[in-house]
Amino acid sequence: MPDPLQPPPNWSVEQPPAPSIPPTEASPEEEARALTATGVVALPAATEAELGTVDRALEARVFGSMETISIRYVLVMMLLLAIVGVGLVAWGWQLYHGIGVTGKRRPVFWGLYITSFVFWIGISHSGTLVSAILRVLNVEWRRPLTRVAEAMTLFALMIGGLFPIIHLGRAWRFYWMIPIPNERGLWPNFRSPLMWDLLAILTYITASSLFLFFPLVPDLAAARDRSRGLRRRLYRMFSLGWRGTQQQWNRLHLGMRIFTIVVIPIAVSVHSIVSWDFGMTQLEGWHSTVFAPYFVIGAIYSGVAALITVLVVVRRGMHFEDYLTLRHLDRMGKVLLAVAAIWFFFWWAGFLTDWYGGNAEAKELQRVHAFGAMAPLFWTMIAVNVALPFLTLWFRRVRMSPAAMLVISLLINVGMWIERFLIVVGSPIRNALSFDWGSYRPGWPEVAIASATVAAFALLYLVFSKTVPLISLWEVKEGWRVDRWRRTGVIEVQSDVPVVEPSSAAGVATAEVRA
Amino acid sequence: MVACFAENNIGMSGEAQLAMGRGRHWIRVERYWEHTDFPDVQARLLPVMCQQCGEAPCEPVCPVFASVHSQDGLNTQVYNRCIGTRYCGHNCPYKSRVFNFFAPEFEAPLEQQLNPDVTVRSVGIMEKCTSCVQRIRRVREEARVEGRPVADGETQPACVQTCPPGALVFGDSSDPSSRVAQLLGSPRGFRLLESLDTKPSVVYLKKGDTTDA
Repeated sequence: MPDPLQPPPNWSVEQPPAPSIPPTEASPEEEARALTATGVVALPAATEAELGTVDRALEARVFGSMETISIRYVLVMMLLLAIVGVGLVAWGWQLYHGIGVTGKRRPVFWGLYITSFVFWIGISHSGTLVSAILRVLNVEWRRPLTRVAEAMTLFALMIGGLFPIIHLGRAWRFYWMIPIPNERGLWPNFRSPLMWDLLAILTYITASSLFLFFPLVPDLAAARDRSRGLRRRLYRMFSLGWRGTQQQWNRLHLGMRIFTIVVIPIAVSVHSIVSWDFGMTQLEGWHSTVFAPYFVIGAIYSGVAALITVLVVVRRGMHFEDYLTLRHLDRMGKVLLAVAAIWFFFWWAGFLTDWYGGNAEAKELQRVHAFGAMAPLFWTMIAVNVALPFLTLWFRRVRMSPAAMLVISLLINVGMWIERFLIVVGSPIRNALSFDWGSYRPGWPEVAIASATVAAFALLYLVFSKTVPLISLWEVKEGWRVDRWRRTGVIEVQSDVPVVEPSSAAGVATAEVRA
Repeated sequence: MVACFAENNIGMSGEAQLAMGRGRHWIRVERYWEHTDFPDVQARLLPVMCQQCGEAPCEPVCPVFASVHSQDGLNTQVYNRCIGTRYCGHNCPYKSRVFNFFAPEFEAPLEQQLNPDVTVRSVGIMEKCTSCVQRIRRVREEARVEGRPVADGETQPACVQTCPPGALVFGDSSDPSSRVAQLLGSPRGFRLLESLDTKPSVVYLKKGDTTDA
């Protein structure tokens, strides 16, 4: 039976030929590249010494990228900080003058902010969900990309969670939604979907940050052992006394196994609840039973696309080509294509039902969307969310091209943003009393703040990339050992090989075997 | 409408803001054109204010209980509790709720004639027609002091008081002898967007032969 982890016979991209015993005079990195061949997992029955070489190369690459700061990095950082600064000024302006500085008006009370909120919560979806599903299914190629994905969830949630506050008419009173016992006996209204939303997002941000942090602990310990000074003190604090004992590894594996399963229903429920902010109203275009699954799949769609964007950028920017390989892009491209099909199915199910129904309001909404003021947005959405993936992602050459995948994934996210805009703004512009129909055009603070959050997202990644290993070192190393065990039936707990600090890798393999 | 602005300290939005759709009208007269070919022009006029729904969609969606039902059946808006999510505005099918996009302004000398019985609302909160709750309360208090029931027609919201042809009638529908209760029996009566089952307290009488009524 062919090994599913092996590349197909006609594999021919940018990677060196089939691995062999590395020449002794080559640098550790070259040796490692020869050993890892087309990726992290396809490792032939290597000896412990060879595994050590690969480990060292991985650490050199990942830690090396954390320890240097290039001019380009500083310039990008300053540019992003400037954009964030403009956004903060815009928010200050809005707080001082009132929501009137935005483009909102009756009957469009929600605008770009709630659109961005739904969009970012959507982006946040895929990181944790993709990582958790791949972990549950024990997919080996997940190992180098889990950290990047989980970080994406956390950052997108941090940003998305700001929007409901920015959007408030009296943002300084946002804590009145939090159930704090107080002397006036005031209590929030738990019948309101906004309260469900608040609880769901707080739950999700807690779960996803722990989900990111658990597997980070051994890597932080490894970073601690390599650094000194203030960095060392910080790493020591956050690595929670990790020493790599067997008990610690067992607890980590048990904790991750429980968490991975728990976090999946949480992720699904969060976007269902976000959709119920709309679904529970009686507004035509919002009041729909299809919204919960439709929003969940839409979130996964935009999230997978965003993950591909991040993968391409991180792969190139951090020079992780050997670990985040083209095979990862290829596989994520297939996932994206499948999700695009499901998303289209749900969208079409809703659209067709309205089309065949006789509801005058729904028909008017469809007319405005397809042929009225919203038509340019509507057809752009159809083009990039439906036509684009189906015309391109079938082809492996497209899926294996980082540039093409970057463009496609960015365009899909533009399309998904438009889709949210059509829901949040495109529905209230029509209602049953035609005297009260309206329109909407965003004001400059809305555009500035929405742009600033995109910059803030990139900024968080930039900071993260210099403080935390963006590739989960121990999981990749564990993958190599699992692979070796699977091929040769031999497993050795490294004790005699001076691979790295004993805290990081030792004991991994035994834990996995026992599992 | 002017009476409503004066009675309830509704801020002016200005021409440009009004054109954008940011007027703060608590009551508006909607025009629905039936014939637009001159000279047979005809419009149906529909004064729309808060319908004071029995099952108000604005109430359950407010996360901070700013939109609540009072004991005498009004939908009240607690201004100092509102944080401005504007969710109620979206869920109101009559679009009768307005938002303070900016702090209210009163052009001189209007700031001299603010009604002391009514709060001036701050920026960033929702407000809407209260059926002149301050007048309802005052009449009730006066009647209680004098030890008598509230007479029919004694309570008049500003719009009812000033409507020259008397097209608006306000009263206690649970008192069968009141003018409102008698009009409610008319077959011409309908409620706005009745299919949503919001149980509005406002009943319209459609045009018909006088013999119908």
